[in-house]
Amino acid sequence: MEKLINEFSVGLFFWQTLLFLALLFLLKKYAWKPILNAVNEREKSIEEALNKAEEAKIQMAELVSANEDLLKQARIERDEMLKEARVMKDKLISEAKNKANEDADRIIASARESIQHEKMAAVTELKNQVAILSVEIAEKILKEELSSSTKQEALINSVVDDIHLN
Amino acid sequence: MQGKKIFKLLLFLLLITPSLTIASEEVAKEENSVKSEIKQDIMHHLQDAYDFHLFTDKTTNTHYGFPLPIILWDGGLHVFMSSKFHHGEAVAESKENYYKIYHNKIYKTDAEGTLSMDKDHHVTNAKPLDFSITKSVFSVMLISLFIFLLFRGFAKSYKKSHIPNAVGKFMEPLVLFVRDEIAIPNIGEKHYKKYMSYLLTVFFFIWFINLTGLTPLGINVTGNIAVTFCLALITFLITQFTSKKDYWKHIFWMPGVPVPMKFVLAPIELLGVFIKPFALMIRLYANISAGHIVLMSLVGLLFVFQNWFARGAFLGLTLFLSIIELLVAFLQAYIFTMLTALYFGGAVAEHDDHH
Repeated sequence: MEKLINEFSVGLFFWQTLLFLALLFLLKKYAWKPILNAVNEREKSIEEALNKAEEAKIQMAELVSANEDLLKQARIERDEMLKEARVMKDKLISEAKNKANEDADRIIASARESIQHEKMAAVTELKNQVAILSVEIAEKILKEELSSSTKQEALINSVVDDIHLN
Repeated sequence: MQGKKIFKLLLFLLLITPSLTIASEEVAKEENSVKSEIKQDIMHHLQDAYDFHLFTDKTTNTHYGFPLPIILWDGGLHVFMSSKFHHGEAVAESKENYYKIYHNKIYKTDAEGTLSMDKDHHVTNAKPLDFSITKSVFSVMLISLFIFLLFRGFAKSYKKSHIPNAVGKFMEPLVLFVRDEIAIPNIGEKHYKKYMSYLLTVFFFIWFINLTGLTPLGINVTGNIAVTFCLALITFLITQFTSKKDYWKHIFWMPGVPVPMKFVLAPIELLGVFIKPFALMIRLYANISAGHIVLMSLVGLLFVFQNWFARGAFLGLTLFLSIIELLVAFLQAYIFTMLTALYFGGAVAEHDDHH
């Protein structure tokens, strides 16, 4: 202990205190504050960046799932559209078929009808012709029959007979 | 790093080669004188000096080094260079006052340099107030300047980018180490910020000073009791002046113990307040001094032994211990800072429970 006290140098203590305090204040101002601030700032920015990355990851995942949903929906829609188109096509085809059938039927019917018409007309015509011919024939026969008075008498007699009969 | 140290050690050996060659030539008859010379050298090295002495050529008795300014207050300011003392051999005159160095201390004498001794061989001459720029003061100045420039550059490099410069890349983990491993665990998240500047400064100051102590320049700053006293005193003062109510309560009226025990504990706790920084002071001083003594003794043994095998073994041992001392240099800085943080932590701790 005595040796230590003997060794103690006031001058060295004075200078050491002075220099150390000077160093402390200079370093505090010019080194530690900027260094610690920079480190803190960097740590903060790293933390923020990490948080942001995490958020971005979540957003990305959300986006991906949204995209998938969209894709799924689109696929469903496409399928539906295809189905609809198929149905429509079938419907159209069948409609067209039906319509064609109907038309055909109608045409056939009308044809049949007109044929009937024509036929009837022809038959009527024929009947008329036959009637005319019959009349003409009857005329001719009558003319022939009534060409002599005996014949006329005979006729009158037969008619009178007929009337008598009635 | 280690390679550099080994290189420095070799440089050290190279620097003292002149004395080695002379010593080995006459060693057979003067082994005892070599031993005492080594002892003297070690003792001389451990003490502060008035000039920056590098080595001495003993054949021509020339000292290599440079003088440093002497500043004395003795009824007026006396400033002159230490070369006036001629390495303690001459009486220096300044403004009609005469001074002489005896056992590394400056005494006021007459023109002939007579020193009066008491019966215990203690000099009774008057001692002027000595504010000389000694070797240690000069070293502290240089190292402080170096630390300041180093860390200022490091701090400035943050302005350019988030990533520091080369120095910063090495030092930043250490700064963060002090913050995350020393300050925050011992002081707590809430209060640690105001102590950071002191903790960082004291850590790097002690570490750099310790490291320069391992260079062949023969600097021994932290092995000076005045230096460690100064550091411990600042720790002590900061602890007392930033302490909270709870700190004093735990010293004078320890909560949670029976009343008679409180009276027993109070003086013990109060003593502890002074013992803690005292232990800080002694620990650093003793560790560094011991390291220097051991290393220098081993280097000295290289010259005592004539056997080449023994010399090789001691060389190996010296290298090994140099590396250990590198670790000690860091460890002592760490321990000093850690305990300082612990005391600060005790000063600002808030106890909500009574234990």
